[in-house]
Amino acid sequence: MFEIKNLHAGIASKEVIKGLNLTVNPGEVHAIMGPNGSGKSTFSKVVAGHSDYEVSEGEVLLDIHFKMKNILLLTPDERARNGIFLAFQYPTEVPGVNNLEFLRASFNATMREQGIQEMDASSFEAFVLKKIEFLGMKPDFLARQVNVDFSGGEKKRNEVLQMAVLSPRLCILDEIDSGLDVDSLKAVADGVNRLRSKENAFILITHYQRLLDYIVPDKVHIFNDGRIIKSGGKELAKEVETLGYDHLIH
Amino acid sequence: MSEAPLTNREYKYGFYTDIETEEFPKGLSESIIRKISAIKEEPDFILDFRLKAFRHWITLEEPKWANVRYPKIDFQDLKYYSAPKKKPQLSSLEEVDPDILETFERLGIPLSEQKRLSGVAVDAVFDSVSIMTTHKADLAKFGIYFGSLSEGVKEYPDVVKKYLGSVVPYKDNFYAALNSAVFSDGSLVYIPKGVRCPMDLSTYFRINARETGQFERTLIIAEEGSYVSYLEGCTAPMRDENQLHAAVVELVALKDAEIKYSTVQNWYAGDKEGKGGVYNFVTKRGLCKGDNSKISWTQVETGSSVTWKYPSVILQGDHSIGEFYSVALTNFKMQADTGTKMIHLGKNTTSKIVSKGITCDESIGTYRGQVRIAASAENARNYTCCDSMLVGDTSIACTVPYIEVKNKSAVVEHEASTSKISSDQIFYFKSRGIGEEEAISLLLNGFCRDVFNTLPAEFAVEAVKLLELKLENSVG
Repeated sequence: MFEIKNLHAGIASKEVIKGLNLTVNPGEVHAIMGPNGSGKSTFSKVVAGHSDYEVSEGEVLLDIHFKMKNILLLTPDERARNGIFLAFQYPTEVPGVNNLEFLRASFNATMREQGIQEMDASSFEAFVLKKIEFLGMKPDFLARQVNVDFSGGEKKRNEVLQMAVLSPRLCILDEIDSGLDVDSLKAVADGVNRLRSKENAFILITHYQRLLDYIVPDKVHIFNDGRIIKSGGKELAKEVETLGYDHLIH
Repeated sequence: MSEAPLTNREYKYGFYTDIETEEFPKGLSESIIRKISAIKEEPDFILDFRLKAFRHWITLEEPKWANVRYPKIDFQDLKYYSAPKKKPQLSSLEEVDPDILETFERLGIPLSEQKRLSGVAVDAVFDSVSIMTTHKADLAKFGIYFGSLSEGVKEYPDVVKKYLGSVVPYKDNFYAALNSAVFSDGSLVYIPKGVRCPMDLSTYFRINARETGQFERTLIIAEEGSYVSYLEGCTAPMRDENQLHAAVVELVALKDAEIKYSTVQNWYAGDKEGKGGVYNFVTKRGLCKGDNSKISWTQVETGSSVTWKYPSVILQGDHSIGEFYSVALTNFKMQADTGTKMIHLGKNTTSKIVSKGITCDESIGTYRGQVRIAASAENARNYTCCDSMLVGDTSIACTVPYIEVKNKSAVVEHEASTSKISSDQIFYFKSRGIGEEEAISLLLNGFCRDVFNTLPAEFAVEAVKLLELKLENSVG
């Protein structure tokens, strides 16, 4: 469903991703771990299409209507409408725009792309309220301005809510665990677990094993210097926890 | 992965209509003023007013205190009167130059009986003269006068004599004096006692002629217990040289009357390098003369290369209310110094100011506002909210509030904030499937909501589109 082939990319002509290969199938959860500066966040931004990053080589393929297409040729919004979702490490604040209208604009843009009838305001609100209930969140989220004056935990939960509304096929969660206390971490992980299905896949980017206690991955990849240096099952994360990255790198 | 750059859309009203005009030679003197007055067949008191204003004007210097920079204007190098040669008789469309009718159609203001807007009466002003006013007869049934000031002065000489210059005296400032001396045309609105005007009244100003100043003058009188909503729109051709627009607007609301005045300003603002565009030096003021009267200004400013404009309210009647809602967007090298004055004289008077400034590219936007509570204004209230949004890294936003309180019972609040449309925000929208245009529109609507909500519905839609178009060129 999702495949990265020999990806080379960087920022301001400095190469950060240096020959990355990765295959993700529907229903899978992958974890990407690695030391600071290994290129994990760059990877997520490149896949989402941030214009600060340049790709010099390689392909990022996504199954769109049963054909593998190189999404590097699509704009960031086209990628999103075709099922790529990046949960941000630091979700951006959007003053003046409330969560409900933001979600609706986002949802309807995706519907339009797929040729499905858009939802009117009242049906959409009912639809979102169901999602909110499903995730065990409070309905007052909807009336608040997007991420403005949200706590760290609320921002991350808001990303999960967006995920629930858009039902993306591939979710990349960039350090969703950073800055969260244990309760918030549990709540966020619980939300992600509820959204897991046979049709979608997740890539978790994290420094810590802790997150993986709550969201159990099928595969773990160790990132260093812009590529994957080792892959394995969930036990690999435990190895990192005990022995550190240095042990694997050298 | 680079995206196609947004097409730099041109100013869509930048065309010029080539018609035969009657123009006065360049320069300003008493004899030019007498000629203007004669061609308009004005009563003597108007000529008198003009001459007094002119004699005062020549003693004045151009004001320098605004936060705007532009080359010195040579007032002798301008023409002060320009009108289409074929001047129609009142309300008779057949005699209007078809080129002018077509011009207004292209501007979205059809004037012909079949096509004209049904819910709005329109006074179409082309350079120095009013071309025609729609729905005039319908309004007359209610005793409402809506039409050109030049014609109105003949029908309502006493009203004009009583109120002309009563809110903005010719001695008020440099441009008000200039306007009082040479004003060409503009609208007169008279709403009789107890009448609620059944439709929105709208004046559309079009500058067409080259090297001609536009000096219209609008006077709106709302008698006791009456209500009127008035809209003003403006455009001008794209030209390399600057055009001068110095208007005066006076509003008078008597006891229990309400006037709602909305403006969408879309003069040509010059090109990317700051070449050309309109200099907009305007004095707008309302007088809440009677108790319980209300005047509310809403403006959406997107055009003029230089703007100098402070729609104000004098709250003279007890319990009167003054409101000012403004969105001012500047881009390229535009400069806008705009805001309001709320002068509280009466007891229990209330004013509210909501100003939203959006500055892009290398433009400068300044909010300048004054709240004055006089000693006589027992229990006066003011609330002011000034928000600035910066787009990009090279624009400048300034806020200059003046607050003067002479009565201890007053409550004056001032809030201000500065925010930024960043590329991170746009990326966040995109990563949720929302395209750039829609993202900007959501951000803009969110930022300006409090002001857009006060505009008549159709006008609000237009205003949003206009701002989006301007902003698209500047974010990216």
